[in-house]
Amino acid sequence: MKLCISSTGQNLNAVVDPRFGRATYYILIDSATNDFECVENPSAMAGGGAGTKAAQLVINKGVQAVLTGNVGPNAFAVLNAAGIQIYTGVSGSVQSAVDLFNSGKLQAIGSPSVEAHAGMGGGKGGRA
Amino acid sequence: MIIAVASGKGGTGKTTVAVSLALSLNSVQFADCDVEEPNAAIFLRPVIDEKIPVTMLVPEIDETKCSGCNKCSELCAYNALVVIGTRVLVFPNMCHGCGGCTLICPERAITEKPREIGVIEKGSARAMAFMQGILNVGDPMATPIIRELHHCLDRTKTIILDSPPGTSCPVIETVRDSDYCILVTEPTPFGLHDLQLAVETVRQLKVPFGVIVNSAGIGDEEVDKYCQREAIPLLMKIPWDRRIAEGYSRGEPIMAVMPELRQGFLNLHAAIAATCGAA
Ligand code: SF4
Ligand code: SF4
Repeated sequence: MKLCISSTGQNLNAVVDPRFGRATYYILIDSATNDFECVENPSAMAGGGAGTKAAQLVINKGVQAVLTGNVGPNAFAVLNAAGIQIYTGVSGSVQSAVDLFNSGKLQAIGSPSVEAHAGMGGGKGGRA
Repeated sequence: MIIAVASGKGGTGKTTVAVSLALSLNSVQFADCDVEEPNAAIFLRPVIDEKIPVTMLVPEIDETKCSGCNKCSELCAYNALVVIGTRVLVFPNMCHGCGGCTLICPERAITEKPREIGVIEKGSARAMAFMQGILNVGDPMATPIIRELHHCLDRTKTIILDSPPGTSCPVIETVRDSDYCILVTEPTPFGLHDLQLAVETVRQLKVPFGVIVNSAGIGDEEVDKYCQREAIPLLMKIPWDRRIAEGYSRGEPIMAVMPELRQGFLNLHAAIAATCGAA
């Protein structure tokens, strides 16, 4: 399965970045072969909309599951609508996250992990 | 002449200064541009006789026409659109209404529909013309309401704009077309820090400005020294006075509790008018 893991660094020893939308990097990895690619997050420092932008990137890359610390309501709405599984509360190294996923011990979540307010076309945006 | 009253942070007495200046003058239009928390009405107690809804145009997608080309999502600088296959999710609260997505869509799948973001209220407080913008609670799009307030200004009058606090986009939108900007601060280290940020912003906007120190006497001399160093006119000092604080808690502006300050505000206005070369 193709996973996206938010990461603070560019390899599998790097620590998982707790923020999905504002992660420094994304590691895109095939959970079966451990083949991976690293993409830099252009909106790590940007204003509003980092969450939806990251979600769009993940969709375009054909990812099937996201592993991260926290997902905001907008990104959650998008990933959910795209049928992408979301695993939050993930920490430690990127490799250990992949191993944990493969062991089947992770539980996908059904609601955003930061801020309760979610919904298609809803959510709070960045400031004007 | 348009005079904006701003401050680097909230709670400096910006609104009560703006209200008091307005109350000292004749033929004034007061516009509360602090649309996230308009509170000048507490002091002025206006009668509202007109409410104008403010809308902005946001995209609406006809998914039967969408080919999933992703162009709209790539274009949107605010990431308000996400394309999933041939479905497009719109996040209206993040849309700045630029209209770019409608233009770029090769399938003409995007049209624009109005979204209400707030309201402008017009009325009068005795002889004074009054306006305020009110942003819907939780909505992030303050600037379009401020822009709309600017369209409603009566330029035959002296216009006092009560700016939002801080240095963000809504402040810039309020101040940039003004002839003069008054920065209200407190004589404390925090006050000075926020004043410096506000000064940088106003300098970039190239709007002439000066400083009013509110609650003078409670802090230190650093704001005075800073103004001297930077050659910024120190327009007025409003002393710390128990009557002002008590009046404030009852919704009474400085002018009502210390009418002796009226002359100060008149002199202030005359000095500003002279700076701006207007009567
Ligand atoms: S630009 Fe038009 S056709 Fe392309 S994804 Fe957007 S809505 Fe669909
Ligand atoms: S109108 Fe502009 S800001 Fe709004 S969704 Fe379209 S491209 Fe984005």
